[in-house]
Amino acid sequence: MSTRDANRAIEAVWRIESAKLIAALTRIVRDVGLAEELAQDALVAALEQWPESGVPDNPAAWLMATSKHRAIDLLRRQATLERKQEEIALELERGLGGSGEPDVDAAIDDYVGDDLLRLMFLTCHPVLSKEARAALTLRLLGGLTTDEIARAFLVAEPTIAQRIVRAKRTLAAARVPFELPARDDLDARLASVLEAIYLIFNEGYLATAGEDLIRPSLQREALRLGRILAGLTPEEPEVHGLVALMELQASRSRARIGPGGEPVLLLDQDRALWDRLLIRRGLAGLERAEAVGGGLGPYGLQAAIAACHATAHTGADTDWERIVALYDALAQLTMSPVVELNRAMAIAMAFGPETGLDIVDDLVAQGALDGYHLLSSVRGDLLEKLGRREEARAEFELAASMTRNARERELLLERAAGVGSSPP
Amino acid sequence: MRVMVLVKADEQSEAGEMPSEELLTEMGNYNEELVKAGVMVGGEGLHPSSKGVRVQHTGGDRSVVDGPFAETKELVAGFWLWEVRDLDEAIEWAKRAPMGGDTALELRPVFEADDFEMSPELREQEERLRKQVEEQQQ
Repeated sequence: MSTRDANRAIEAVWRIESAKLIAALTRIVRDVGLAEELAQDALVAALEQWPESGVPDNPAAWLMATSKHRAIDLLRRQATLERKQEEIALELERGLGGSGEPDVDAAIDDYVGDDLLRLMFLTCHPVLSKEARAALTLRLLGGLTTDEIARAFLVAEPTIAQRIVRAKRTLAAARVPFELPARDDLDARLASVLEAIYLIFNEGYLATAGEDLIRPSLQREALRLGRILAGLTPEEPEVHGLVALMELQASRSRARIGPGGEPVLLLDQDRALWDRLLIRRGLAGLERAEAVGGGLGPYGLQAAIAACHATAHTGADTDWERIVALYDALAQLTMSPVVELNRAMAIAMAFGPETGLDIVDDLVAQGALDGYHLLSSVRGDLLEKLGRREEARAEFELAASMTRNARERELLLERAAGVGSSPP
Repeated sequence: MRVMVLVKADEQSEAGEMPSEELLTEMGNYNEELVKAGVMVGGEGLHPSSKGVRVQHTGGDRSVVDGPFAETKELVAGFWLWEVRDLDEAIEWAKRAPMGGDTALELRPVFEADDFEMSPELREQEERLRKQVEEQQQ
């Protein structure tokens, strides 16, 4: 086997195995930064040995064994230094086996899933900022390099590298344990994980800065992380809800961008471009969220709204009254002004622009969305439908001045210029 | 990227024989691993070609030909659809599949939006963006 072939095979194995390795090693050494170093040592060993010896039959087991041995060596050295023999003996007894008992290895395998989940709860711990959680999760669970993460987020590589280093330091300083959250803490901790995954997805779905509207690789990473999480926590409705939401939103990726790179609004999209497979998966995920029981949470409700669009054959077929009902439930759960804005749009579609505008004007009066370009853009849209052209134009121009996305700004300026030139 | 994995038929699959209990269990575990890794997007097993038909288009003519079809090794017995980062990753997963006897897995990348729909403007924009990022990193 040529070195190049071996290296490609090693890279592929690494991408598949690195998260599991780091998770298992974190359980042993109790420090995620150290665990990552140990896993990478094993990778380096593979890169040195495999091109010569060939890729082993079970490369995953080879990497796991090599890195565990290094971890044990390290613990032994530390133990000798710190004279903590009892502790090390206990660790070895607990997790590492090698004592000739056949059951121990099987028991370790059972840990793998739990270890991955522990790792996810660790990298998405609430002591970290959303951005830090996203970067660390992509690094340790997604197996992405800092360079890849930086390119995906459109920031400089040192920024991401620093964010990751600081995150590891924060986790160590806060002595965050490597364990599954307690029952009464689970909802909050899970929300923290879901938020990080959804942040990654949204960065991919709509780049908030820069000129590129879709960053597909982040979208896929988020979907992958979500699917992994759903496999690990099948009894959590919000996990299924989030995965369903992401699948349904991702199903529209191809239709969201026009030929010139401009964004295309949902109702103007060519539905033939929607990805039927992702829609089917999204609907199945939503069914799973509903089947778990206990009512839909915020992600599940958003998925249900996305499902209304996904199952309408044309924009005119959309069941706006059901969407309004779902937004009512969502608004009650989240009390979010952004949700309220979306509810106003749905109400305008179901019951006429006047009714929607009343809610939007309430939002303007509350001031909670000051500076948010979509508030002005929605208001402009409703005013235009009501034939109040001058006000509509002013709102679109205001919205254009507030968005950070260049393509979106162009579109809003076009709408401003188009007000009055054609019938609404 | 998405990769379609075509599981080629063998005499056993064409005869409609079910795999052994042991192989089915292994396959179940393997499929579970694919799901847990976020790789599995879909997949099904197919009945032998004796239960299938071909609709032959010849110029303007259409004819329906009943199975079975002769070229066993070229027939498809099942498929998976995987979401992976690149073909190498798919190859690694394919190596791990518990297939039993002699059979081939054919890996075929699925056309994606960016394979053919990238307009010159988008391409130029992508280039510009890449430069920008590189400059930021210097």
